[in-house]
Amino acid sequence: MEHIAFTSLSVFTLACALGVVLSKNAVNGAMCLLLCLAGIAGLFVQLHAYLLAFVLVLVYAGAVVALFLFIIMLLDMQGGPVRSFRGLNVFAGLVTGALLITGLNLLAVRGRFGVGPPLGHSVGSSLKLYSYQLFTTYLLPVQVMGFLLLIAMLGVIVLSRRAPKAEGQQ
Amino acid sequence: MTPSLDSYVMLSAALFAIGFLGVLVRRNTLVIYMCLELMLVAATLALVAFSRFNGTEDGDVFVFFILTVAAAEVAVGLAIIVALFRARQTVRVDQLDSLKH
Repeated sequence: MEHIAFTSLSVFTLACALGVVLSKNAVNGAMCLLLCLAGIAGLFVQLHAYLLAFVLVLVYAGAVVALFLFIIMLLDMQGGPVRSFRGLNVFAGLVTGALLITGLNLLAVRGRFGVGPPLGHSVGSSLKLYSYQLFTTYLLPVQVMGFLLLIAMLGVIVLSRRAPKAEGQQ
Repeated sequence: MTPSLDSYVMLSAALFAIGFLGVLVRRNTLVIYMCLELMLVAATLALVAFSRFNGTEDGDVFVFFILTVAAAEVAVGLAIIVALFRARQTVRVDQLDSLKH
């Protein structure tokens, strides 16, 4: 049963990811990204990371994709054509793909991840555990992230302000 | 019977590869940005899977940080794209070639 759910979710996610890459219209791409994130959230639920699935839907699907759609409509753009491949590009792509497949094969054959320790209690589900970790072990990263968000906010304000020269012309 | 860790890692690698393919083949800056987000999400999927199969929650906590960095990155990046569009009236990477020799 879980295998069926995993297979269908992963096929759905991969198809939507391909839709992001291949769709000609940028709005369709953003919608495919939304569906892909929903699939990832489903996979998180399957991994018993319920809180992360919720946060993913809230932050990515709620904020990031909405921001993307807003900018696409603001700039009124089309997706543009997919780049065509010629000569050296095809060769480089084939070599890179072969390397990736070889690496994944080695990972799957030699890594033997599947036979690790059996799954214990579902650690990912408890909000209390997360907050304990965030405020003890990872307190410094949380502070750094706060500063990062502050700097990003200031950067966006500076970037989106019009230059004084352009204001003078209008 | 749960799916093994291999399958999660494989799925995450495939998602990352699709996102990277998008970064290589698309010309629109916004679509490239969406593909970058896809790659970040693939990394979070691998982190969650590893943390679940190890029985620890450190990987899950790291996903929070990745989400924060991704949100900040999207905000700044989209502001840069809008500023670029104001200056050059285009966001296609093959027309933004001022730094090309």
